[in-house]
Amino acid sequence: MIIPLPVFVAVPLVTAFFLPLLGDKRRFGATILANIATGVLLVAAIATIGQSGVYQVGKWPIPLGINLVMDGLSGLVILAVSVVGFAAMLFSAGYMERYTAKPKYLSLFLLMVAGMNGVVLSGDMFNLFVFLEVASIASYALVGFGCEHEELEASFKYMVLGSVASMFILFGIGLVYGNTGSLNMAYASRSIAETGLTRGLVFALGLFVAGFGLKAALIPFHAWLPDAHSSAPAPISAMLSGVLIKTLGVYAITRVVFNVFGISIQLGWVLLVLGVLSMVAGGFLAIGQADIKRLMAYSSISQLGYVVMGIGLGGLIIAQGGSTAWASLAILGGLFHLINHAVYKSLLFLTSGSVEISTGTRQMDRMGGLGKVLPITRATCTIASASIAGVPPFSGFWSKLILVIAAVGAGYIWLGAIIVFVAVLTLIMYLKVQRYVFLGELPENLSGVEERRGSMTCAMVVLAYLCVLMGLLLLVPDLKAAVLDPAVDVLVNGISYSSRIISMP
Amino acid sequence: MKGMTIIVKSISSWVKMLIFLFGIYITIFGHLTPGGGFAGGVILACSFILLMLAFGREYAEENLSLGLTSKLDCVGALLFAAVALCGFFFGAAGFFVNFLHQEWQAGQATALKLVSAGTIPLSNIAIGLKVGASLFMIVLILSVFRCDSSAGKQEVS
Repeated sequence: MIIPLPVFVAVPLVTAFFLPLLGDKRRFGATILANIATGVLLVAAIATIGQSGVYQVGKWPIPLGINLVMDGLSGLVILAVSVVGFAAMLFSAGYMERYTAKPKYLSLFLLMVAGMNGVVLSGDMFNLFVFLEVASIASYALVGFGCEHEELEASFKYMVLGSVASMFILFGIGLVYGNTGSLNMAYASRSIAETGLTRGLVFALGLFVAGFGLKAALIPFHAWLPDAHSSAPAPISAMLSGVLIKTLGVYAITRVVFNVFGISIQLGWVLLVLGVLSMVAGGFLAIGQADIKRLMAYSSISQLGYVVMGIGLGGLIIAQGGSTAWASLAILGGLFHLINHAVYKSLLFLTSGSVEISTGTRQMDRMGGLGKVLPITRATCTIASASIAGVPPFSGFWSKLILVIAAVGAGYIWLGAIIVFVAVLTLIMYLKVQRYVFLGELPENLSGVEERRGSMTCAMVVLAYLCVLMGLLLLVPDLKAAVLDPAVDVLVNGISYSSRIISMP
Repeated sequence: MKGMTIIVKSISSWVKMLIFLFGIYITIFGHLTPGGGFAGGVILACSFILLMLAFGREYAEENLSLGLTSKLDCVGALLFAAVALCGFFFGAAGFFVNFLHQEWQAGQATALKLVSAGTIPLSNIAIGLKVGASLFMIVLILSVFRCDSSAGKQEVS
């Protein structure tokens, strides 16, 4: 069954505008409706695995009209957004009960999901920008949703830096339009292939790297992330760290660099260096944190570095004319790490939310011994920690293993050593979480703590199962051929994207 | 301070109707003349903002309360989505398809008349509602904070 692509944008958008009509009284109905919407998206995302095609909105042919494109890479990211969105929405049902104006929260949440799906599906640059703004503005409001001093400050900081990033991206899009005469990615790419990189286009590329780098919070651009991700409500932290920085940052920059401009040696090095810098510096910054959510936020920077590093390494090998096998292995590692990180980092943030709601604090030195009173939180947090640190049977191990093999195989032995070193750093920081939060003596004032059961634990358990089973995506050849390989092909084939889209019906 | 002087009040109570009417005109004739849903919606919001400036925020809120504005905002967005979704079920079956559109034939009387251009006037009306309501809501919310000079604090009035 072929799912029409606008469904991914229309379902959350229509639900988002319907929920405020219910008013603040009907919280239960609003929660059910919002959960149904994310459930529908999850089913649709699973049903579209393997589907590819171009959807012409309003039946206008592509150089004129808006087109939505579904290919392997879009399908992979849509799947990650839907899975994390579903789990975070389920978690919100219980977690957000203590906030007022829950329908408004649900409405903003769904707007953010609609924006992310739009970014991933959009086939032209201007609509990519529009959906990017929809998702960003919804996330600014959600970060400050608690309306406390700290949250509003984080939200303001995020908004200023996010707007700067959006402006860079808009200028870049303007330059691309001026130099190629088209906003459609396929047509712009064809035009770039004919004229080569003119000076304006090189400048546009610089603006894109800075703008999308800011959205992805790579290391020189990361200042907003730790504040924003740690002060948002826990399900929103899970969405932000799990998928928002990936769709608005990593997905958008890989799409633009690989499929529109075409990868070059310099660009490959830029991505590789940004990735390695984020990995190492993010890891060191995370270890020193005492706030559990800040630690996880810094670790997101570090893990996102892996993704960008893998994709950049693949691009570098392609641009140097090296072996395609190693290049696609590096890209496979990067993309597999992207979806793995989406699952286990959102799970970690959800467990931090469960800890926070039970104890009322985020400072790790005021906790201890919570493993006895919060058994499900402890079990799921341990699984996610093992996964992110790369302990063998869990999903994170496989993606890091592939990245190491690709780096060493392509002759970058120092890179392999850095990957292993950062994996050890990750292990240290999550051992710290385990030690301070779940092991040791239970403080006097926390002795009456109870775990909140129901939708919150349900969401955590679902994600924990996924953490264990995600390795199968790589190990079962059929699943790998259906989910990961098409995404890798999109990036390896580079600017042949253009001719593929233009020839599609 | 409740509003401005009697001159401003009496002038604006006459002018507000004309501005509102002009906003409706710009919205409905968006497919024929310059303008459209966004421009018309801004003008609609302006008539209420004028009311707010002349008579004070409380008076404007009595006419169009914050809750109703928020609902109108959502209804506008839902109407726009409904027009887009109707494209799935009628005619050529596609998102945003102009299913009411008819090919123009020579001598046909409907071209360049008010009822022409298929779904575009409907979309314009929905956008006008959405933009008008949300712009007025933004101005209303920005005016909620009032500076208390004696305590030096901001409080929600």
